[in-house]
Amino acid sequence: MKIKIYHILFIALFAISIFSCKKDNYKPPTLTLSGKVAYKGEALQFQYNQFGFELYQYGFGRVGAIGQIFAPDGTFSALLFAGDYKLTIPNATVPFKWNQTVPGIPDSIAINLTASKTMDIEVIPFYMIRTPQITASAGKVNATFKAEKIITDATGKGIEKVALFINKTQFVSSGNNESVQTAELDGAAITDPNNITLSLSVPALVPTQTYIFARVGIKIKDLGGSWIYSPVQKLTF
Amino acid sequence: MKKIISIALLTFLIGFTGCKKDSDFLTIDPTSILNNQQAFSDPQQVVSILADLYTRQNDFSSFNRGWSSFADFSESFPSDGGAYNIVQRNDWGFGEWGVNWFDSYGYIRELNLFIARDSAATGLSAPDKARFMAEGRFLRANYYFELVKRMGGVPLILEQLKYDFSGDPTYLQRPRAKESDIYDFVISEAEAIKNLLPAGVKEKSRASKGAALAMEARAALYAGSIAKYGVTTPLVSLSGGEVGIPNAKGNEYYTIALRAAQEIITGTDGYSLYKNKTDLADNFANLFLDKDANNETILIEDYKVKSGKVHGFTTNNQPFSSGEESGNGDAGRLNPSLNLVEAFENLDNTYSPIPYRDGSGNPIYYTNQLDIFAGRDARLAGTIILPGATFKGQQVDIWAGYKLADGSVFTTQDASKLVALPGTTNPVQVLGKDGPYNGNDKRTQSGFYIRKYLDPTPGAGSRGTNSGVAFIRYRYAEVLLNAAEAAFELGQPDVAAGYMNQVRARAGLVIPLTAGQITFDRIVHERRVELAFEGHILFDLKRWRLAHVVWDGQKMTIPDLLTNIGTATKRNTQPYGLWPYKYYNPGNPNNGKWVYDVVLPNLVTGANKFQFGNYYSQIGSDVTGANPKIVKQPNQ
Repeated sequence: MKIKIYHILFIALFAISIFSCKKDNYKPPTLTLSGKVAYKGEALQFQYNQFGFELYQYGFGRVGAIGQIFAPDGTFSALLFAGDYKLTIPNATVPFKWNQTVPGIPDSIAINLTASKTMDIEVIPFYMIRTPQITASAGKVNATFKAEKIITDATGKGIEKVALFINKTQFVSSGNNESVQTAELDGAAITDPNNITLSLSVPALVPTQTYIFARVGIKIKDLGGSWIYSPVQKLTF
Repeated sequence: MKKIISIALLTFLIGFTGCKKDSDFLTIDPTSILNNQQAFSDPQQVVSILADLYTRQNDFSSFNRGWSSFADFSESFPSDGGAYNIVQRNDWGFGEWGVNWFDSYGYIRELNLFIARDSAATGLSAPDKARFMAEGRFLRANYYFELVKRMGGVPLILEQLKYDFSGDPTYLQRPRAKESDIYDFVISEAEAIKNLLPAGVKEKSRASKGAALAMEARAALYAGSIAKYGVTTPLVSLSGGEVGIPNAKGNEYYTIALRAAQEIITGTDGYSLYKNKTDLADNFANLFLDKDANNETILIEDYKVKSGKVHGFTTNNQPFSSGEESGNGDAGRLNPSLNLVEAFENLDNTYSPIPYRDGSGNPIYYTNQLDIFAGRDARLAGTIILPGATFKGQQVDIWAGYKLADGSVFTTQDASKLVALPGTTNPVQVLGKDGPYNGNDKRTQSGFYIRKYLDPTPGAGSRGTNSGVAFIRYRYAEVLLNAAEAAFELGQPDVAAGYMNQVRARAGLVIPLTAGQITFDRIVHERRVELAFEGHILFDLKRWRLAHVVWDGQKMTIPDLLTNIGTATKRNTQPYGLWPYKYYNPGNPNNGKWVYDVVLPNLVTGANKFQFGNYYSQIGSDVTGANPKIVKQPNQ
């Protein structure tokens, strides 16, 4: 009797495994849309998981966004189906200017995706960090850089403060737990934006490591606390 | 023949009596469901329909949404293993504090139906009918107010929407109204119904004239401040006005707020500040417990023991040592933070940190635990159970261990475990039964327990009985503060001082503030300490556009905590604690005295970060997808 039940179970399992598995109806998306947010080809640098964009695909009933995030080095990449898309950045607190069709309504970029595509999103940032020099020596990190104001007309914005951040991992920013030490300088205290110097002492790292990651950033005034950064640098002592 | 006759007769009978019209035959009134006319024929019946509608209001902090709706914003530490994310997250999601769109409009639909059915009712007396109608409109206006606080302008639906099953629902899609339109609606409804509602201080759990005016004053104040302070955050706006109110409308709204508040203050309905006990702290605590002789509450959500409508606020938050469910792990969840404690003023109207170190950084020794809090605003002890205070006649046992002569701490995680102190053999208790010890949840981890709304009635802290304390939606002290703020913004600081001094005098701050001393910071501060844990802080900081400044996502240092007390823009991102220790140094004159440490509970790893996209909660893509006319919130 027992053997019979086992047989039946076995046959049932066999039957299930044979007949139940069909391939999924839909193929997964295969086309990659990738690139970076750039000003004249140079990638902008952000905080991790801070700013993103939205993609809308034409041709379906309801409208819903495919939300995407820019990586700290300004790059993005999305796996998509072929089709017509619109790309937009709805968050007005990004540290660059995104055109608006009418005041308050963000503009969009039309993208026709038939094959994988690499495209840079050209924007005009409020500030760019030029020639950042970050060096480590004897338990100290020194940084010098130039804050270039790109938007100089009335829509430009001031500097709230500048800062040098260091962290144990490559996630370095003003965000909580994304820096082990910072050195700040108020925007009003900057005498020469072309030559800003910041330095800090490296605290004891637990567990010890012989390298740190560092970057400098500019906090832009009246922009909801948004920063723009220099590329992350790995410093080894 | 006989047979034929009888068959014919039978056929005739069947044909004659058997055939009713289909409609007569199939339409039978149900015996278990009341139709609209029946439901609206008897006042008792209508009240029971209203009771359901009253409970479905959406209060930010409320007993039926649980203790955690009182937590967050660094005003408290959540001592509950399941709620630590409140102090561990680094930002709030854009959907935070939002509403369930479908439930909300389902509720509004029922309110619209209620109003329509009440006006169609034929079996009600005219005064009943008018009052029910006004209550329905009050609930609807108050609910739109709750929506606009969270979402900005929303579609203003004031009638039942009927679908014609044509396959095309676009004619039902309504765009968002302007933010100011919703506030205007709330204000005009309040004006329209205030005289249809009963007046008088005794009417508390149902809408009254006072409630309508209190709602009007608060709504107008919110709208006024969004208009005035919105200019500091121009990015938080939408071009259609769904978010943001033109600056020019500010004064108009402040004027309405002041007028509505003054109508209550100078009116004859009998509202006054609660002053029934000689001990000012007990008096303040009792204001939230006393339902009978209380002329301060204007509108409450009532609860009643043994009625089925009870709540577990006391069960969840009572001190562990005297708790009635401590054995079952139900106690001590909501621990007010030192950040809030520091905000309570000295009796001479000055701000100063709780003195735990002297000028040269040495600890200050206190004979009694409560001495460190002496000479402060009575609302401190009325809102918060301080170390050494009593609850239900029993002193709370809050101390983090022994501090030894070398400054090290001698403690143990388990308060019931007796340990011999260094150099002795006699095991003693080395940790308070009420905490604090990092990670010991359901006991304080900040050094404080909540007192506001905590019910000392025996049994109120047990799950079987629970508490019948009412939740206050509007109270007179807030009306006074609303009037003070509106007057201040309208350039009448003397009027503002008059109202604020009434509230302050009740708390023992009897030295009146002069007109010159009334500043914006003073107003922000007064609301924080008077209205703590009543669901105001988020909306207040949002409307002043200070939320992104106060919760800026940066870690808070001890100097941050101890300086700039009373400044509106002071950072408040992490809840600190104040831990008492017994000083152990035999032979020293300070042996056995109390010392204190400012401590960041080590479970606090996050820092509150309020982004521009948080000012108005996200409207889900399910909503915007179904109705493309709904524009999205800014900066999300």
